[in-house]
Amino acid sequence: MTSFPMASTREAYGKTLLDIGRSNPDVVVLGGDLNKSTFTHLFAQEFPDRFFDFGPAEQNIMSVAAGLAASGKIPFVSTFAVFGMCRPFDQLRLNIAQPRLNVKIVCTHAGIITGEDGMSAHSIEDISLACSLPGFNVIAPSDSIETIQAVKAASEMDGPVYIRLYRTAIPVVHDDDYVFSFGKGDLIRNGTGVTLFATGSMVGNSLIAAQEIATEGIDCRVINMHTLSPLDEEIITLSAKETGAIVTVEEHYIHGGLGSLVAQVTGKFFPVPLEMVALKGYTESGKPDELIEKYGLGIKDIKFAIKNAYARRTLPIAGQ
Amino acid sequence: MGPDSAPSIKKNASSTEPSGVSVAASYPPSIDELEGIAKELRRKVLRMIFVAGSGHQGGSLSEIEILASLYFRVLRIDPQNPGWASRDRFILSKSHACPGLYAVLAQKGFFLEDELDTFRKINSRLQGHAHIKTPGVEMSGGSLGQGLSFGLGCALSARIDSDSYHTYVLLGDGECDEGQIWEGAMAAAHYGLDNLTVIVDRNRIQNDRFTDEVMKLEPFADKWKAFGWNVLKTDGHDFASLINAFDSARKHPNQPTVIIADTVKGKGISFMENNPAFHASPPTEEDYNKAMLELE
Ligand SMILES: [Mg+2]
Repeated sequence: MTSFPMASTREAYGKTLLDIGRSNPDVVVLGGDLNKSTFTHLFAQEFPDRFFDFGPAEQNIMSVAAGLAASGKIPFVSTFAVFGMCRPFDQLRLNIAQPRLNVKIVCTHAGIITGEDGMSAHSIEDISLACSLPGFNVIAPSDSIETIQAVKAASEMDGPVYIRLYRTAIPVVHDDDYVFSFGKGDLIRNGTGVTLFATGSMVGNSLIAAQEIATEGIDCRVINMHTLSPLDEEIITLSAKETGAIVTVEEHYIHGGLGSLVAQVTGKFFPVPLEMVALKGYTESGKPDELIEKYGLGIKDIKFAIKNAYARRTLPIAGQ
Repeated sequence: MGPDSAPSIKKNASSTEPSGVSVAASYPPSIDELEGIAKELRRKVLRMIFVAGSGHQGGSLSEIEILASLYFRVLRIDPQNPGWASRDRFILSKSHACPGLYAVLAQKGFFLEDELDTFRKINSRLQGHAHIKTPGVEMSGGSLGQGLSFGLGCALSARIDSDSYHTYVLLGDGECDEGQIWEGAMAAAHYGLDNLTVIVDRNRIQNDRFTDEVMKLEPFADKWKAFGWNVLKTDGHDFASLINAFDSARKHPNQPTVIIADTVKGKGISFMENNPAFHASPPTEEDYNKAMLELE
C-alpha cells in the first residue's frame, strides 16, 4: 500500500506569499487576528507597511480589500475558511464579485480535519458558497506542492480567487516537477473502470483506494479537480464516456460541492452512474482521522462507492 | 485646492475615450452659483426617478448640497479621465441615493446629460444602485454599510504609495445601524487615516420610519468621538459651512474626520420634506409637476 509523505498547505502558502511579496510590491496582505495560523505572519514580519490586521472583523476586511484592489493593489486576505467565506458573504458578493475586483482570498482550516474545534470550525459549505459567486475562481489544492503553484497562479491572474487550505498536514501526492495548470483537471492515475474525481485533501485517500481496489479487479482513473470554478467540463465528459461510471470525493457537504458540479456536467453532456463521497451534514469535535472515519470519507468508504459505481456502470462504453 | 486642479502627472492614468463633453464650470462656482446648481441637480433627480418610474428620491434630495460642495469645490478629479490614479475618491455608500450622484456626475461632464433618462432601464450604465460600470462611480454598492471599509482600502492604498489623494465616503444615517460601519470606524482610527473623511447625511429618516423610531443613533457624535474620530457638525444644506468643514477635515492630522451633516430628507420639495413616505416611492405625475414648479 502506498503511503504519502505529509506536509502543511498553510505553511507552503505563507512561504510562497512572502516570495511573491518580495518580487511584487503591489501585493498587500490583510488578516483577522489569525496570522500565525495562516502563516501570513511571515509576510507581516518582512513587509509591515503592506500588512494590515483588522482583528476578527471579516466584513470590514473584505470591503477594505475591495478598496485596495480598486486602487491598484493585489490584496491577499487570509483567515479560517468559516470566517472568510461564511461571515462576509455579502461583502464578497457585492464588493468583490459584482465588480470583479482583483482580491485573493486564501483560507486555511477548511473541511472537517480542523478537528477538535468542532462543527462551528468545520468549513463544509465554502466550495458551494465560493462557486455560487459568478466570476470567482475557486481552487482547492491537493497538496503543498500544488498550493505553491496555485498561489503563484492566483497572484498573476486578474480577478477574484478563492483558495482552500487545511489546518493539518495532508498527503503530498505530487512530485517537485509537477506543473499546475489552472482550470484543467489533473490526471494522476489512468484507468478504464471507474473515474474518481477528487479534490483537495481527499486526493491522497482516493489514490490509495484506487490502488487497493485494483487488486480486486477494478481499474480506476483518478483525476485531481483542483480547480472547481471554472470547471474542466472536457475532462469530466471524456471520462464519463471512457469509463462509464464516476465517483466524486470531497471533504465538503454533499450539496453544492464537487459532486454537484460534476453531476451538472455529466447530466448535460454524458449521463453516467455517479456516487458521491461527501459529508451528509454537520459533524462534531474529534481527531481528524476519527472524523474522516466516522463521517464516511475514509478509504473504505471510497472503495465502497467505487464498487457501487462499477456495478451500475453504463455499458457499452462509448468508443469501445 | 480648486476644482479639477488635476496635476499634470497622471501616473497609471487609465485611457478613456474622449467624451466630447465640456465641463459645465471650469472655475470654482460661487456660493450663489452653487445654489443654482443645487436646484438644477434636484430637477435632474426628480426627472430621472419620474422617467424611470422608480428610485430613491428622499435621500437623493437630502444629499445634494453635500455632493455639489464636493464635486464643485473640493474633489481633485478629472471628468475626462475618471481613472486618473491620483484622483480624490468619492464613495457613495448609501448607494440607493445614486440619482443624486448621477446628476452631479452628468453636470460635471463624466457622461452626457441625455444618459440620465436611461436610469434603471435595460442596457443602461446607470444602474438602480451605483455600480462601477458608470464613469465616475468608485464602488459597486446596494447593500448598506460597506462603503466606509471600501474607502478605508482606498485610503490605505494612498498611504502605501505616498499619494496625496483624499478619500470621501458618504453614509446614510439609517445605514449606521450596520455593524460593519463600526468595524470600519474602529479600523480607520486605529490606522490614523487622516486622508479619509466620512460625511453622514443625517436626515433622520430611514426606509420605513424616523431613525429614532427604528434604532436610536444618539448620542451620535459621541459614538464617533469614542471610536477615535475627529467629529465636525454642520448644516448639510449650507454651502459655506459644508465647504468650511471639508477644508478643516482635509487639514486635520492623525485622525479620520466625520462630518455629521444635518439635512432634511426630500429637501427642496415642500410636500416631500421630512416625510418618510418619499424614501423610495416615485412621484405621481401630479406630484412631479408640482415639485418641478417649486424648483424653478
Ligand atoms: Mg436617512
